[in-house]
Amino acid sequence: MKLRLETAAMDALTVRLFDTIDESNMAWIIAADQALRDALGEALIDLIPSYTTLLVHYDCQQLTFAQATTLVRDALSRLTPAESQNGQLHEIPVWYDESVGPELPLVAQRAGLSVDTLIERHCDHDYCVFALGFAPGYGFMGLVDDDIATPRLKTPRRKVAAGSVGIADRQTAIYPLLSPGGWNILGRTAVPLFEYAKRGEPLLRPGDKVRFKAISKAEFEASGGDTTPMEERP
Amino acid sequence: MSQAMLTVKQAGPLALIQDTGRFGVGHLGVTQGGAADWISFRWANWLLGNAPDSAALEIVMGGNLTLVANADVRLALTGADLGATIDGQPLATNTSFLLRSGQTLIFSQPRRGLRAYLAFPGGLNAPEILGSRACTAREQIGGLHDDGKPLQTDDQLTWQGRSPTQRTLPKGVELALPENHCQLGMVLGSQASHFAGRSLYNVFNQPWTVDNRADRMGIRLTGQPLRCALDGIISEGIPLGAVQIPPDGQPIILMNDRQTIGGYPRLGALTPMACALLAQCLPGTKVRLSPVSASQAQIAYRKQHAQWA
Repeated sequence: MKLRLETAAMDALTVRLFDTIDESNMAWIIAADQALRDALGEALIDLIPSYTTLLVHYDCQQLTFAQATTLVRDALSRLTPAESQNGQLHEIPVWYDESVGPELPLVAQRAGLSVDTLIERHCDHDYCVFALGFAPGYGFMGLVDDDIATPRLKTPRRKVAAGSVGIADRQTAIYPLLSPGGWNILGRTAVPLFEYAKRGEPLLRPGDKVRFKAISKAEFEASGGDTTPMEERP
Repeated sequence: MSQAMLTVKQAGPLALIQDTGRFGVGHLGVTQGGAADWISFRWANWLLGNAPDSAALEIVMGGNLTLVANADVRLALTGADLGATIDGQPLATNTSFLLRSGQTLIFSQPRRGLRAYLAFPGGLNAPEILGSRACTAREQIGGLHDDGKPLQTDDQLTWQGRSPTQRTLPKGVELALPENHCQLGMVLGSQASHFAGRSLYNVFNQPWTVDNRADRMGIRLTGQPLRCALDGIISEGIPLGAVQIPPDGQPIILMNDRQTIGGYPRLGALTPMACALLAQCLPGTKVRLSPVSASQAQIAYRKQHAQWA
């Protein structure tokens, strides 16, 4: 961990802690997140952690640039990593099927695997949630095995169904809402990722772990899943 | 007597309920939203003596947005000149006015600027989601029906207050609308060092043209392409106004409805004042970027806020 403070905008600083993506970053990022929230208090407008950085948006009517810089540096000067057992493990049931996961054959073929083996491979890891972003409750997770890693679609879909589970390079994620997207879609879950009615508490948090579990169409339907096929082909 | 309201007789292309935006939720992946020209928005509320965060209409382009009142109501209009009329009579901007019961208010097309702000007594009624009424299409949240949709024909607008304060703009205050070659202040970020020297020169020494690929997420500028040594970066949090440089070298300025994190290299970020001005630029407008330090920009920002104190 090597702390660097960078100017991001008039009233925002980027705190850079690492240069590469690694699961071991998360304990530091989570600790820095808490330390900054405590130190800035009411002067904090938004704090956005990501894989290697945290974006600190402060209220420049309460803090000058120099005050904010000092406060952030002091808050992180004696940082120790958060305890690793803080993250939750989520088991996410997924119906892997070509109708709702149109890239199943493509990803399997690239990896030289049968579709069934691909599904097993996607399910046999506890993935780390690195960051939330792109859309409300959208968790960037990884890392998937190198041989099933698949680049993003050349042309993104205009509509990816809510609950779609996909792969892009060595990352995997679930689309919380209907949205555009360029990830390779393998299946669909009925688990809600983000509900505004629940005051915006997302299911996934940075540092959490996710394990996918393959379920049948009947189980998917029984849990309230929408079996409408993905219409648009990339 | 039925509730006082404005009925949308014709929707126009894009009229959105906005307030100052959604804050403290960026870490959930929820975008900021809020009025793109926050300065004009703030003046609209100020003219009625509203709380600064009161929900108002952001009217983009106009496009014959047609509103009919069923009761007398005092409203305030700021921002772009969209050729607004009441029963065919031209309506001045940057002032409050009385719309009488039965009268029709129409916004036709942009004559100067792009976004007009229409404020209502005490603010528009709309469901509050994660601390804001801002309408975000991409996230399907906020707005009149909390579905992120712009105003639709037959929608009914109601408001929270009864008798607003009647104010006029203080002497000497002019609400800026962009002229060709207007200056947009930009705070350089640390990734600027990854750009070629020639590109850094070009950033500040050429006119940039506001492209028609422009919305509340981002506004693209075209000009001589900028070259960066980095193809991409590990995704990180994106501030308002971030000047993002994709591989084609044409900057995208990230606005209120931007994604919360992203992985293109960035030169820096426009100041909030520059973002407000850019939000009023029609495609084809020439703009210039000028460097400003974070501290200098903060002084200007505080000065702006002091006008509303």
